[in-house]
Amino acid sequence: MFDLQTWTTAIHTWLTGFIPEWTAILLESVVVALIIITLYAVFAIALIYLERKICAFFQCRIGPNRVGKWGLLQVFGDVFKMLQKEIIRMRKSDRFLHDLAPYLVVTASMLTFACLPWNKGGHIIDFNIGIFFMLAVSSIGVVGILLAGLGSNSKYPMIGAMRAGAQLISYEISIGLTMLTMVALTGTMQISEIVQQQADYGWNIVRGHLPALIAFLVYLIAGNAECNRGPFDLPEGESELTAGYHTEYSGMHFGYYYLAEYLNLFIAAGIASTIFLGGWAPLHIAGLDGFNHIMDLIPGFFWFVGKTFFVVFLLMWERWTFPRLRIDHILSLEWKYLMPISLINLLLMALVVVLGLGINLN
Amino acid sequence: MNFTLFVTVIVTGLAFVGFVLVLANLIAPRSFNAQKDEAFECGIPTRGQTWMQFRVGYYLFAILFLLFDVETMFLFPWAVVMRSLGPAGLLSALFFLFILILGLAYAWRKGALRWQ
Repeated sequence: MFDLQTWTTAIHTWLTGFIPEWTAILLESVVVALIIITLYAVFAIALIYLERKICAFFQCRIGPNRVGKWGLLQVFGDVFKMLQKEIIRMRKSDRFLHDLAPYLVVTASMLTFACLPWNKGGHIIDFNIGIFFMLAVSSIGVVGILLAGLGSNSKYPMIGAMRAGAQLISYEISIGLTMLTMVALTGTMQISEIVQQQADYGWNIVRGHLPALIAFLVYLIAGNAECNRGPFDLPEGESELTAGYHTEYSGMHFGYYYLAEYLNLFIAAGIASTIFLGGWAPLHIAGLDGFNHIMDLIPGFFWFVGKTFFVVFLLMWERWTFPRLRIDHILSLEWKYLMPISLINLLLMALVVVLGLGINLN
Repeated sequence: MNFTLFVTVIVTGLAFVGFVLVLANLIAPRSFNAQKDEAFECGIPTRGQTWMQFRVGYYLFAILFLLFDVETMFLFPWAVVMRSLGPAGLLSALFFLFILILGLAYAWRKGALRWQ
């Protein structure tokens, strides 16, 4: 596989050849920042367009088709419209908390976004406690959502934020446990290492057979809940709460919640493709060497993005198929079904690992 | 390098939000209206306080979350070295998990998982 690390190291040595090291690092940081913002914006826009089109096809509609060819420019139009709208602040709201909330939500999702492995050596943040770090920073978003409801000092956002808080923290346990299951299989928390192992021994979902498959299904359900989507979208249920925790936000203030929501969808799918479906690791079938060589020619970036969009499609399918649940149903689904299942699944995985039952494909 | 990038990403996130909000504030029109900065309500003026005592069900689940999230945190180091610890490590962790499952069963039995 092509290793991006060789390029970044080469650029770093070339830069330090004629400027001091701190300037080089500063310059590289600026480049990294620009790359993150570009990717963040591009994927958010792509996902919003995709969601509208897919939702439309699920409901036998056409979807956006006026602005640009096949409605491709619709999202750009929306962004510019939002940029021109006045940012309204409530008289009775807590100004500081109300303004702080979008910063927390966007920064949390950006930090998680930076952990995704785009290619071999193509990750931005790669701590040796990667998975743990990911779980930690992604839960900062909950604080942002609760602050949005609390700071608005209005009834609907408050109810929405409370519901969102209860739902997000509940499903975080399932997410944590399924990730824990996969960490038990791979024996490392470093994300690049996890993907490298999958490139060597086969994708985790095959390698860990039954427990990995159960973990993947639990992750798909909990991932949708964690993004406030699908059958779990009652924090912003339009028909009862108008918009939930971001009712009092207008213009670009609201736009950030919208952006973060779709980026969280991408991140949830990206994590699923990293820990279950092999990240940038190409599809290999043991015994078919010619096929494996052809698959190796496709760059890792495309494998990662392709797998992620596949999971995104699964999550959208889930969203547009099931009707909205009630809060007690949501909480009992998590606490009485998903959590005991993932606890037992963890034990199963522990047995598989300790007794050495995992499948080795290569 | 990782920590530099960590700080870079945080600064990027904050700057991204801040910059666009400043831009929006510059180009967006402003108008004054007595009703505009009132809290949103379905047609009638808002009554009563928003910052008040809230339904207890949410807090019950928050306490349970704290318990089980800390549990997951403790299990992560074990999961990493599970392979090298072998059956002995599995037995010790089983004991830990058993106590926690007992805790969940207790909460379930007491009705803490029922929405009220």
